[in-house]
Amino acid sequence: MPYADIIVTLKPTLLDAQGRVVQNALLSLGYENVTSVRIGKYMRMELAEGEALERQVKEMCDRLLANPVIENYHFEIHRDSDGNGTPLVLPTTE
Amino acid sequence: MKVGVIVFPGSNCDQDAYYAFRDNLRQPVEYIWYQETDLKGVDLIVLPGGFSYGDYLRTGAIARFAPVMRSVEKYANSGKLVLGICNGFQVLCEAGLLPGALVRNAGLKFVCRYVNLRVENAETALTVHCQVGQILRIPIAHGDGCYVCDEETYERLNRNRQIIFRYCETDGRTTLDSNPNGSMDNIAGIANERFNVFGMMPHPERATEKLMGSADGRLLFSSLIDSVANGVRTGA
Repeated sequence: MPYADIIVTLKPTLLDAQGRVVQNALLSLGYENVTSVRIGKYMRMELAEGEALERQVKEMCDRLLANPVIENYHFEIHRDSDGNGTPLVLPTTE
Repeated sequence: MKVGVIVFPGSNCDQDAYYAFRDNLRQPVEYIWYQETDLKGVDLIVLPGGFSYGDYLRTGAIARFAPVMRSVEKYANSGKLVLGICNGFQVLCEAGLLPGALVRNAGLKFVCRYVNLRVENAETALTVHCQVGQILRIPIAHGDGCYVCDEETYERLNRNRQIIFRYCETDGRTTLDSNPNGSMDNIAGIANERFNVFGMMPHPERATEKLMGSADGRLLFSSLIDSVANGVRTGA
């Protein structure tokens, strides 16, 4: 069964208050090389086999899963396994 | 003026709004359930505060697709009055009826206290009973009230005087200290370009009689009542 891995991140221009608190916590644990932490959301969506899954998932992201005013998104559609074993492909957020 | 208060699953200031309009402002009020599509001929729609759909995904993101919202969009596009308070403001932004978005408070904490608001535009249906520079004492209660938008939108809001309220000190200065949530330029409330859709994070319905600690919210509700009575002026 195909599935989509979706990652939603706050736009880089926005302050990520949560990320900053986590960064400070890491710094206080002694990890002085942590220069930034940004927190996002990860969703895995299982889909029925069908046509135009790419287009559909993109539409879902645009309409509901991400808010284009504040967020960027990235997704990958996988068809090759049961959704348990494939490593997550991390997005490159601009 | 007949008021309609929308009730989403998870709304929790719907009764406060209902009480304020019925008991303090003496106006007929009706609840409108989120699955309804008939807005019952009301003159003002209030989207109340709360945590619609548990704030899942993003605040207001799911409520924005509730059946009643299609009717609210049509209602707003026809020039009629809509006021979103707190979660209602978040829903209006998600629905694209107001520009920008509300994100997690800069300090991460849920903030529940009185704030001072400076009235920036007193020529709107929501503020005709106020004066520019007037300071209102109204409570806030939110975790996601940090208003953000892109530069271009911000310029437009400023130019068109769509910024209606800013968080300020008791003397009216807008400072970092008086900004409870990190909102861009201390923005607490805005209007759309036609000035018929309003959104604000503070809760005027919780400040409509002295017993509540402040009656400043009455000025906004009585403004709306008068505006409806005089024929709402929308458009720039």
